[in-house]
Amino acid sequence: MKITRRTALKGTAGAFALGLGGVHWDMRHAGAQAVKRGGHFNFAISAETPQYDPHGSDTYATLHFSAPFYSTLLRYNLAKFPEVEGDLAASWTVAPDLMSYTFKLHPNVKFHDGQTLTSADVKATYDRLRNPPQGVVSTRRATFSDIASIETPDASTVVFKMKAANSSMLDHFASPWNTVYSAKDLAENAAGPRSKINGTGPFTFVEHVKGSHVSGKRNENYFKKGLPYLETYRGIFTLQAAAMLNALQGGQVLAEFRGVSPAERDRMVAAMGDRLRVEESSWTLNLLVAFNVEKKPFDDVRVRKALLMAIDRWGGSRGLSRISTLRSVGGVVRPGSPLATPEAELAKLPGFSKDIKKAREEARKLLKDAGHENLKFTLWNRNLAMPYTPAGVFLVDQWRQIGVTVDHKQSDTGPYIAAMRSGNYEVAIDFSNLFNDDPTLAMTKFLSHSKNPLNMSRANDEEIDKLYELQLRERDVEKRKVHIRALEKRLFDQAYQQPLLWWHRIVLSHKTVMGWQMSPSHNLGAQLEGVWLNT
Amino acid sequence: MLRYTINRVLLMIPTLLGVAVLVFFMLRVVPGDIVEVKLRGDGGNVTQEVIDSERKRLGLDRPLLTQFGEWMVNMAKGDFGISMWTERPVMEEIMLRLELSLQVALMATFIAVLLAVPMGTLAALFRDTWIDYLVRILTIGGLSIPSFWFGMLLMLSLLAFFNWLPPITFTPIYVDPWENFKQLIWPAMAVGYRYCSVVARMIRSSLLEVLNEDYIRTARAKGVYEKLVISRHALRNALLPAITVIGLEFTFLIGGLVVTEQVFNLNGIGQLFVQSVSRNDFMLIQGMVMLIAGFYVFVNLIIDLLYAVFDPRIRYDT
Repeated sequence: MKITRRTALKGTAGAFALGLGGVHWDMRHAGAQAVKRGGHFNFAISAETPQYDPHGSDTYATLHFSAPFYSTLLRYNLAKFPEVEGDLAASWTVAPDLMSYTFKLHPNVKFHDGQTLTSADVKATYDRLRNPPQGVVSTRRATFSDIASIETPDASTVVFKMKAANSSMLDHFASPWNTVYSAKDLAENAAGPRSKINGTGPFTFVEHVKGSHVSGKRNENYFKKGLPYLETYRGIFTLQAAAMLNALQGGQVLAEFRGVSPAERDRMVAAMGDRLRVEESSWTLNLLVAFNVEKKPFDDVRVRKALLMAIDRWGGSRGLSRISTLRSVGGVVRPGSPLATPEAELAKLPGFSKDIKKAREEARKLLKDAGHENLKFTLWNRNLAMPYTPAGVFLVDQWRQIGVTVDHKQSDTGPYIAAMRSGNYEVAIDFSNLFNDDPTLAMTKFLSHSKNPLNMSRANDEEIDKLYELQLRERDVEKRKVHIRALEKRLFDQAYQQPLLWWHRIVLSHKTVMGWQMSPSHNLGAQLEGVWLNT
Repeated sequence: MLRYTINRVLLMIPTLLGVAVLVFFMLRVVPGDIVEVKLRGDGGNVTQEVIDSERKRLGLDRPLLTQFGEWMVNMAKGDFGISMWTERPVMEEIMLRLELSLQVALMATFIAVLLAVPMGTLAALFRDTWIDYLVRILTIGGLSIPSFWFGMLLMLSLLAFFNWLPPITFTPIYVDPWENFKQLIWPAMAVGYRYCSVVARMIRSSLLEVLNEDYIRTARAKGVYEKLVISRHALRNALLPAITVIGLEFTFLIGGLVVTEQVFNLNGIGQLFVQSVSRNDFMLIQGMVMLIAGFYVFVNLIIDLLYAVFDPRIRYDT
């Protein structure tokens, strides 16, 4: 039995949460400045959710809409990301063999309709997530497949028993998508949360005017005494960046929490000067280049490898980061995060060489050996301006430099996904939308196509599957890193697919908006409980 | 006149039926699946099993003809189905936006007609004078400048000179007329300028043509006052083609203000149309196409009837 550094860190977080149980929540959020209570906060949401249930969603639009109304068992401590902290859980313990997780819930937590939250509600929520009834979508069902059973020894204790050790479980419990619902509500209508909101979050639902806005007001019975600070808020749907920026400049909205491009940031800085706060972070999103191994000549590893080696990521990062949200060079885990491959090690892998001249010479030789010196193919891409178009144009140019001709085809999301699913493409720009730095989540994309149809290379590789499983079950962080590195090396040596660049997040807000915490994911920190207005 | 009206009304039925068949089957040819866009569009790692069960729940696994038959039968009963994206009734989704779109279209039409009739008339009456040149410059400007760009200029000017922007969320006119006016007058002006230019040029050219007709010369020879010649004989006839343009432009404004709606962050039919197309929300697209086709057919009917009112020859011919 081993207590790893990661487990210990998370255990400390649990103890921290327990230790601070009696401390007023204000002290953790306010910082040095005196908090001003009340006020109305308008912010922009750049997409509108089709439904309210985060269990069945993967878009931030659902979280920016629903998160203020709900609580989760754990959540990320954004000031110390990726450390987790309790939300509904006042404390928790993890068995040293990772075969059980015991959560103690905060007392006196009330749903907005007055029901008292008990362990039965958490159990019903997680049962719905791992085994959704007919008519309910749970997009993270596979995430909880290692749970054997959920027990509720008393009204404030929940115990998750595992079938197998899973080193990512605490991250899964901290997922912002796993909002806790009332067992009674779910028994009445399991699909209810799609269209009806009843949570335990800091704000209560007021109205959703389709195509216009969602609004909430302070939950007077919120279990974290003293929170939230705001009296009311309105999330206004501004689907076009230009309209959002005008609204921000004119003070109609005070913030937008997904992110903007460098050009948009520069425009707003010039227009608003020191009234504007700019916060930046690396982002848990990346674009990938994927080769369809079922199409010739991409069944030849030499061709795939040559194309990866021709990409000057380091130079591209400098240029693209000025015009797009693409910036960081990284492997399968977000660069800079605890399990990421260090730069020096990364530079030795195919596609990451800092000597681009030499790499391209080698790429040309590989293409010649494979008999494809004058290769021509079509690159499929989504027709989203930021950052897909600059990424596609960049790739076309990179491959041109080794004599390859590329037709850049951009299409709507519908036809794009249809082409990816049917395998009717040669090379594609794929994307990873992650909410944390957990490598399991990031590497699911690389599992054999037979196990995961979302593997855009459509490759089946038992070696990768084995390494994925090894890192998932490994409790020792250092040993886990070894498996992750080995998987990464195998993936890049075989050149099935590879991250092009990781995104860079830029969030703009008026300086009057206080208490919001920047993080590497736009899916996190949407609860607004610590936000207040310094007006 | 009655027979003429009945003929026109009956002609609406095959037209709308043709639109229904075309829109239903053409949408099914477009690649893409709403369930995949919904669950995988943002990189969701959902299994095929989840996708299949969701498609089944939405009835997308049934044969096309069954889906079409059901849609037609329900439509005849006034039920346009459920949006596959939001799972709310199509009519609810449309009606929510129609109020705003209709109001912008009406306000723009009002602005356009109010300005276009005097502008076009004056330009024709004072042909090749500075008045004519001024109207021609203004109207060519209106035709050349895209409405959304003019809208952006308006917004940026309000921001730069008054540090003020119109309200960003819609307030119905019956809730707060002033708040409603403050939001919608700007997009109405942006599209009204182009609209006014089209109508003014049409009035100018048709009035110039009419002013050279024999019956105008006869009226003048009889000593009819010039004002009466213009208003009763010339303008009445010159307005006929302008009415067609006004009608068509009005219908276009209901669903065609996509970019202008985006600039002003308006929750209108145009934006809904684009969103539903990009999401492959067939039921909503079908509902909107039928609605807009219905509008076109209805407005054309009104135009035809107005023609009959303004031009007795049409009544006598039928």
